[in-house]
Amino acid sequence: MTFDINVIFSNLPEILSGAWVTIVIWIITTPAAAVLGFLVAVARRFGGVILDKAFGIVIAVLRGTPFLIQIFLVYYGGPFVGLSLDPIPAGVIGLSIYGAAYFSEIFRSGFAAVPKGHIEAGICVGLTQGQIIRRILLPEMTMLVLPPSINMTIILMKETAVLSIITVPELTATLSAIGSQQYAFVEALFVLALFYWALVEITGWLGHLAETKLTRFRFFNI
Amino acid sequence: MSIKLFELLLQAAIYTVTISVVSILIGFAIAIIVSAMLLSRQRLFALQARIFISFFRGVPLLVQLLLIYNLLPAIGINVPSIVAAIIGLSLCTAAYQAENLRGGFSSVPAGLVESAEMVGMTPVQIFRRIKAPIALRLTFPALVNEAILILKASSLVSVVGVIELTRMAQDLAGSTFLPLEIFASAGLIYLVINWIVALAGGLIERSLPGVPR
Repeated sequence: MTFDINVIFSNLPEILSGAWVTIVIWIITTPAAAVLGFLVAVARRFGGVILDKAFGIVIAVLRGTPFLIQIFLVYYGGPFVGLSLDPIPAGVIGLSIYGAAYFSEIFRSGFAAVPKGHIEAGICVGLTQGQIIRRILLPEMTMLVLPPSINMTIILMKETAVLSIITVPELTATLSAIGSQQYAFVEALFVLALFYWALVEITGWLGHLAETKLTRFRFFNI
Repeated sequence: MSIKLFELLLQAAIYTVTISVVSILIGFAIAIIVSAMLLSRQRLFALQARIFISFFRGVPLLVQLLLIYNLLPAIGINVPSIVAAIIGLSLCTAAYQAENLRGGFSSVPAGLVESAEMVGMTPVQIFRRIKAPIALRLTFPALVNEAILILKASSLVSVVGVIELTRMAQDLAGSTFLPLEIFASAGLIYLVINWIVALAGGLIERSLPGVPR
């Protein structure tokens, strides 16, 4: 086995552009999934039984099937219902919806953990539903939803690799192509693994930092 | 979509289930070793275990599969793609299961272990009769969860050429021009398998002896 690091340097522009696509997709989909998931959780909590049950089924389907199947449905099935998407938009939409299913469950458990009496007290003093969400539910559940949210952010980072299969030109696709064209799989995949490993570890570390900072913050609030 | 196509998908689903079950079992065996290393007093062992877990949890499974599939031939080991797929899935799930087992073993009440020592049990007996049953009971729900995750993740082995459910769906969708029906059916099959696993896991969980509080 030979290891020729020059393969990496000679293809640096493509590799950087692939890494850029990966990071941009991640940075777009994570907040999109979180916001969408939050809206779904709010709709389930305040929107009545039918909405709750309907979203419950959708979420069960999204969580029970592989992401790869979902993205195939969006990308290859879309044109058959008149929804023809390029790889990147299809990837961003698919990944956001997939992440939203998990985020909505995170927020739902957060809502459930806020004592009922606090919400009743809010109703008693005449807060509107929006105010109850903003001033009681959100602050009280922040500490609880933070760790699983960081976890989900990391999972979404890793799932971006799957988008290479529908030809999104992100890092996995770029480096696989370089590997097969120049027969340098080991070098290319080594760089790929290192990139994800480093990014995931840094994200986990930043998340941990945010957690400890917020814990201190909470002491003053209670 | 004809019944014939659905039958082909169901046959491929058997591969999906087989690959997943084999990987979970191998992964569990590796996880026992890794979690023992994590809890060991030897610093070097614990460090190696931590690096193992950090790598296999930090790198996307797809990248791991590509790496193993291409690395093995590069160092002169030629294995069929299904073996490479099972190696990849096993190592990945081992990392997650090792963390779960570590949690389970460290939650075994110290008093129970001490009283077992008091009545003169050997370390092996303590492990077999006290630590292992309690840790297994504590980590069983996580194990069921992991089984479902691996069932879903096994869809990725389609990229290294294993004809399991996802790859079969892809091939059929390409040759029949019915992607919506075929991918929806494949999704449904995954959903049913996972539902059965969750249901069976819940039943087994309730039949396991309880955990002392």
